[in-house]
Amino acid sequence: MTHSINGVEIEDTFAEAFGMWGSRVIITAVNRKWAREAASKMTGFATSVIRCHCEGAIELDLKQTPDGRPGVSVLFFGFSKDSLAQQLIDRIGQCVLTCPTTACFNGLDAGDKVSVGGQLRFFGDGYQSSKVIAGCRYWRIPVMEGEFLVEDKFGVQPAVAGGNFLILGSDPGVTLQAAELAVEAMQHVPGVIMPFPGGIVRSGSKVGSRYKFLKASTNDAFCPSLRGVADTDLPEGVNSVLEIVINGLDVQSIEKATCEGIQAACIPGIRRISAGNYGGNLGKFKFYLQKIMEETRRNDRTDA
Amino acid sequence: MTVLTLKSQLQAPLEAGVIVPDRFAGNSVAAVAGMPVTYGNEAACLGDFFKVAGAGSTEIVLEGDLGRVKNIAAGMTRGKITVHGDAGMHLGSEMRGGVINVYGNVGDWAGSEMKGGKIHIHGNAGHGLGGAYRGSRRGMNRGMIIVEGNAGNEAGAVMRRGLIVVAGNAGDFAGAFMIAGTLMVFGKLGIRAGAGLLRGTLVTFNQPELLPTFCYDCSYSPSFLKLILRDLRLQGLSISEEYITGCYRRYSGDFNRLGKGEILVYDQR
Repeated sequence: MTHSINGVEIEDTFAEAFGMWGSRVIITAVNRKWAREAASKMTGFATSVIRCHCEGAIELDLKQTPDGRPGVSVLFFGFSKDSLAQQLIDRIGQCVLTCPTTACFNGLDAGDKVSVGGQLRFFGDGYQSSKVIAGCRYWRIPVMEGEFLVEDKFGVQPAVAGGNFLILGSDPGVTLQAAELAVEAMQHVPGVIMPFPGGIVRSGSKVGSRYKFLKASTNDAFCPSLRGVADTDLPEGVNSVLEIVINGLDVQSIEKATCEGIQAACIPGIRRISAGNYGGNLGKFKFYLQKIMEETRRNDRTDA
Repeated sequence: MTVLTLKSQLQAPLEAGVIVPDRFAGNSVAAVAGMPVTYGNEAACLGDFFKVAGAGSTEIVLEGDLGRVKNIAAGMTRGKITVHGDAGMHLGSEMRGGVINVYGNVGDWAGSEMKGGKIHIHGNAGHGLGGAYRGSRRGMNRGMIIVEGNAGNEAGAVMRRGLIVVAGNAGDFAGAFMIAGTLMVFGKLGIRAGAGLLRGTLVTFNQPELLPTFCYDCSYSPSFLKLILRDLRLQGLSISEEYITGCYRRYSGDFNRLGKGEILVYDQR
């Protein structure tokens, strides 16, 4: 049975995802501009763990924050607790501590904790001090502008990275439009991020390369310009493919984001929705597109 | 829930360190009534002075003028005690957990040397609130005390950790020799506030008479205060938004000692 939404085929395939460690950082500032400024700097060069050593992006604009000021939440993912902790220390230290008016809080109530503020405090050169407020320790680090407040420990938990779907379109313009609509819809889902530029990847990859020094290389089966020279997975009439990569704190969040994204992406000019996988041999998690869409439809009918 | 109602006005102090959820839990009414207390210099039983209703539990309600009943909840680790009336000296001293609510005034040394839990006093507190007993090296060491009225002398003296909030005025030597922690006084401070301050924070909303061993640093809006003040709102205190968003003059000291403490004074400009 062929599944379709608005005439767009949903391929019977699955996205293959991997286990990682996730964290949530809350950044507040005097206004939203400066909170987002720190968050966007902090999440720079954090698209793929392969070369960036972590993956991160802004999750949500927050209405309620620990200190009552405007703020945003940022999700970060790393291969291990230790590597994630080091990335948090480096990035908060270089991008949030340095940013005017900011403060930085843990946003994840997880059993595992890593020391972040407890490491950054040494920047205070002996003038730092701590306060325990409502059971949590915070470090006050004096800076030229005033004082930087950062929580001592940040929660980390097992998470999922590499959820994805591919948008196969008739031309680059409509494919980009569909991807933008998908990302816009997915940005409202808590617990997920799309770590690539604007949430969209144009250079999906396959594992390995003919060059031994390269771990990943272009996904030639989905490159329209290689239709004639490589084994292709593209149907007739497809001239552009964009990928949405999704990282989440749990499976359910990724499923919800996948569903909302696919529904939004099914616009005229899109021929197929597919997903990237490695034959099911590498990733711990499999997200079957048709199953996700069916379950969501069923839930919607039940709710109605 | 166990309800203890005072039978008649006490003429002498009653040492009642047995009134602790840890001791009451799992005991019958008779066992609770038979718990030993000291009245003046005479041994007695709790039931001689209180009508006991309900078997022993971790939630205790005390009714009557208990201004002469000492050591209520001393050393408690869990549960809840509610006092409808005044409470005597050493309320919650050395407690480690649980919650005490007093709808009245309390005597001296309330919460002294406590190590956890929360005491909420809806009236006034005596001297030595959250302080250290004579000869002790440190006073309150974790936990929270809220006093909606005034506090006597030496509130938070030699405090090591935790938070003390006094909505009214505090007496002399507030926060004297504090090692760390936070003492917040919304009313006026007496003389020699923060004397011998090692580390820690004394917050006040009226300009105090500062010792000359404190130095003015700057006027700024520390983020950690926003967290404390917002948490106090959750505790039921009415905190003005100006206090949360406003600026504070920071004085560091006491330079007679380490000088790593601070007095933050709300800047009303």
